[in-house]
Amino acid sequence: MNRVVRAQTWIDERLDFAGLLSPLRNKTVPVHRHSAWYLLGGITLFLLLVQVCTGVLLLLYYRPTTAEAFESVQAITYHVHFGWLIRSLHSWSANLMVLCAFAHMFSVAFTRAYRKPRELTWISGVFLLFIVLGFGFSGYLLPWNTRAFFATKVGTEVAGQLPLFGHSIMVMMRGGEDVSGATLTRFFGLHVVILPSIAASMLICHLWLVQQFGISLPPSIELRWNENASQRNEMRFFPNFFLRELMGWYLVFGLLICLAVFLPWQLGVKADPFTPAPPGIKPEWYFLAQFQTLKLLPSRALFVDGEVLGIVAFGLGATLWVGLPFIEQMLGDGGRRSVRLGILVALLYLAVMSVLGYVAK
Amino acid sequence: MTTEALPASPLEDLQARNLSRRFWMRLILGTIAGSCTALIYPILRYLSPPAEATVSTAEALAGTVGDLAPNSGKTFRFGSRPALLVRLATGEYRSMSAVCTHLGCTVQYRPEENKIWCACHNGCYDLNGKNVSGPPPRALDNYDVQVRGQEIYAIRKQAA
Repeated sequence: MNRVVRAQTWIDERLDFAGLLSPLRNKTVPVHRHSAWYLLGGITLFLLLVQVCTGVLLLLYYRPTTAEAFESVQAITYHVHFGWLIRSLHSWSANLMVLCAFAHMFSVAFTRAYRKPRELTWISGVFLLFIVLGFGFSGYLLPWNTRAFFATKVGTEVAGQLPLFGHSIMVMMRGGEDVSGATLTRFFGLHVVILPSIAASMLICHLWLVQQFGISLPPSIELRWNENASQRNEMRFFPNFFLRELMGWYLVFGLLICLAVFLPWQLGVKADPFTPAPPGIKPEWYFLAQFQTLKLLPSRALFVDGEVLGIVAFGLGATLWVGLPFIEQMLGDGGRRSVRLGILVALLYLAVMSVLGYVAK
Repeated sequence: MTTEALPASPLEDLQARNLSRRFWMRLILGTIAGSCTALIYPILRYLSPPAEATVSTAEALAGTVGDLAPNSGKTFRFGSRPALLVRLATGEYRSMSAVCTHLGCTVQYRPEENKIWCACHNGCYDLNGKNVSGPPPRALDNYDVQVRGQEIYAIRKQAA
């Protein structure tokens, strides 16, 4: 018996590693013309791992105070060996992660993978996306540059417009009435401790649910396979799908390195709370649709301030999105077309508003 | 043999046990709920920062004569918030809060259009601070301007 087998046996006798891995061995992945979409969840997970690794490295040099935050990121970018690369990787992988998470979510929505029994998988996934957006929002402030300062000012003010507890939530987020050093400290804690802990637990739930119910089939293919069993085609998760996933990870990593090297992330200008917002200021692309909506809303609409209406509408939209599987169930068979149309409208709205926000001066 | 000596009927016994179980369940759930509240309340209070003991600023130094050319503007500190000093083409000074009433960005003077503009969501105000276009729902707070020697002061208007 060679050493590897002996080590494996030693571990197995104590931890039952083989037993723990058996669900993965029996797991299969359906093979059909939409199978490529199954890779997106894994790629999002990979980008999250890149975030964790580069984030931990950035933590070694970053200082979360208004006097030192910008300077420490400047030092990371210009003085620390490969600091520019680590920072750029962190920023680019954050953006790609949001993009992949959105693409994964819409692929799930369009293939109706949220239907019974996977409602909870959908909900945990949507919450994970909200957490990812929270990571984006809180991490954005940390370099303490002008764009970050005003993005945070607007973002927290948006929370402040919520009815009833809005102002208390805003003060709690900012650590005071204004965006200041207290806000930076809070956002730092949120970004590196609170959100990662919540994300880890939510991710475990999400992955466990995916494992529990297996991979969903698009309804049209499920119907065809049920009618004609000979058409059924599946591959083993391990190693067949896993190796394909690894190839996807490797390609994405290549893209990420290219972006970080050829389009390094800019640092901008240090925030000064007493200078005007610079012309052309915009949030990150994933908040552009909301930004553009708030820009287009008039000062008064339906007897309330325009921004209050917008913010309440965003909240309502997000709630409906979380409850998508239940809305479809409530509407019954006839409602499926309306739900599909709703998903399409949501996607078009986000896309059109984001493009408008991007090109607007 | 008397009936008093007999044990309670099975039904009564069950009812008594259920009552007792209900009592204990309520007690345990109440204790858990009470403990959670006792834990969450201080945490929530801890998260809300204590109110800053600052006196509301009545006036602030906005700049000095000669700082601003006609038809230009600058931001300055009014207490803990930014404020705007504008010198009109006529030479007259105006001052107002620089915090946009829409979502709190810092506004600026646009000399080419003679208006006050917020870059965040394209809100516009006239030179009296009145919201004239875009999303801002209210006018900017106006300050009185006093020139004392070489110094220009912005003074909070007294409530009527």
